[in-house]
Amino acid sequence: MNQFTLSAVHFAWLPILPLIAMALGAMTVMLVGPQVDDDDSAGLGVIALLTLLIAFVLTLFTFSQNHLAFGGALVADDYAAFFDLLIIIATAVIVAMSLDYVSDEGLAGAEYYALILFSALGMMLMAAADDLIIIFLGLETMSLAIYALAGFMRRDPKSNEGAIKYFILGAFSTGFLLYGIALVYGATGTIKLEPIRAALAAGNASNPLLLLGLGLMLIGFGFKVAAVPFHMWTPDAYQGAPTPVTAFMAVGVKIAAFAGFMRVFMVSLGPVSAEWSGVLWVIAAITMTIGNLTALVQDNIKRMLAYSAIANAGYLMLGMAAAPARAAGGAMLYYLLGYAFTNLGAFAVVIALARRSETRDRISDFRGLARTHPGLAAAMALFMLSLAGVPPLAGFVGKFYLFSAALGAGLVWLVVIAALNSAISVYYYTRVIVEMYAREGGEVTIEPLGARPALLISIVVAVAGTILIGLYPQPYMSSAAAAYASAVRRPAIAATAALR
Amino acid sequence: MTPISYFMALSAILFAIGVAGVMIRRNVIVMFLSIELMLNAVNLAFVALGRRMGSMDGQVIVFFVITVAAAEAAVGLALIVAVFRNRETVNADELNLLRW
Repeated sequence: MNQFTLSAVHFAWLPILPLIAMALGAMTVMLVGPQVDDDDSAGLGVIALLTLLIAFVLTLFTFSQNHLAFGGALVADDYAAFFDLLIIIATAVIVAMSLDYVSDEGLAGAEYYALILFSALGMMLMAAADDLIIIFLGLETMSLAIYALAGFMRRDPKSNEGAIKYFILGAFSTGFLLYGIALVYGATGTIKLEPIRAALAAGNASNPLLLLGLGLMLIGFGFKVAAVPFHMWTPDAYQGAPTPVTAFMAVGVKIAAFAGFMRVFMVSLGPVSAEWSGVLWVIAAITMTIGNLTALVQDNIKRMLAYSAIANAGYLMLGMAAAPARAAGGAMLYYLLGYAFTNLGAFAVVIALARRSETRDRISDFRGLARTHPGLAAAMALFMLSLAGVPPLAGFVGKFYLFSAALGAGLVWLVVIAALNSAISVYYYTRVIVEMYAREGGEVTIEPLGARPALLISIVVAVAGTILIGLYPQPYMSSAAAAYASAVRRPAIAATAALR
Repeated sequence: MTPISYFMALSAILFAIGVAGVMIRRNVIVMFLSIELMLNAVNLAFVALGRRMGSMDGQVIVFFVITVAAAEAAVGLALIVAVFRNRETVNADELNLLRW
């Protein structure tokens, strides 16, 4: 047996400082919570925002550090920093859009904001993990908090039902992921990502155990990113959850799941990409097709956005199917960036539309919005156009980079399927715009946004992100490409860490 | 020493029983029990593989998995209680408010 010696564990605090800040912030929210009334919990949200600000600044220091921490269990490369920043920004926008919603609905503020922060902590852990078991821990920290958040409206049967379906299928998929990890451990003798890559590159681990483990891990991640045929929970959980939590699931969970998925498959299991890229080809094709076709017939905006999120997972997996190509990874990171801002904005508008204890989440509820609230309608139209892939918005540029990277890898037919899907999706996104601008009747009156400044700010941030990332893609694209490259360059970091 | 294949076979059988339980049974609590069985099958595989390879990793992971499973039980049973209070059922087929 190997002796476990403490001196072999190289402690480096920098990579986990943002995580510690998040944990301390969440605990502060829980400690202060009992003193705060549920009808007036915005103060707790402000504590959460301050925590996220501190974590944001601390994360900036981890750029171009390339540290390993805790004996190689965590890595602080640009890839982790890129995802951490994206997760922190998305969480901050979600906290901002929750401020009025949570106190208006009388939800328990302390638990709500603490769970959001803990969940974001798990997401950041997943992005920085360099060890399969840390990926599992990050995934569970994120998921357990999200299960509770999805069922947060305890007296609402729909919220209960969405949460229980999400929980059962999520825990089920965790079992597959863990069994996959166990088999990969058996095949390669290690759970650390870099040694796994080295063992596979040396070609001494290609056996049935490895292939079975690969398949089971694919199922586990497939559930989390909502890939067909593992997507059944998505629409129910999205519809039942409180709307800001739906936004968190559509943006945060998707980003974090892809962060782990990409690092495990594209980097660590990269040497055997021939074994899994064919499967991903098929999953990507059916995911985008089923997601888009089912979205066509939805009446509920949250359900429609859920199927849109499934379709987007399909586009992203197109990038994974092109795995050996270096350009695909950078394009996926850029796509996730644009996707995050666009979706946050769309859900913020859905929140703006809802009135106290009255959910307005049918697409027909948008009827006539352009006449009563032209600004809000214009913002929603912008987000829908970005999702549909209309230039020069973020969604279009993301698809352009992604599709051209896949073409470069020779996936011509898959890109043809994706382009057709993109055309189908225009129909259901423009349906919302038609309801807002062209349909008669249905005068919508909502509380003025001036009375809800935090919500207004989050919509403005999303609009700015959607336009800027699309109009000036170059800086974002180059930092996305650099981030992905830093994850692929990992062998060099491992060598310097060993020297230290 | 008992061959590793015995342990792996037992672990695979337990995992398959767990998967079948989630697929076939309609009571949410039994489905949840089946998931716990899946996790314990994984634990067995980790311990056996760790022992076989003389590596500590496999043994340590089991502690993490047990802890996570306990946390999962807390959240899951709380959700099941919440559902039962509102609907007076824990049958998965009767939880059908959300449909397209």
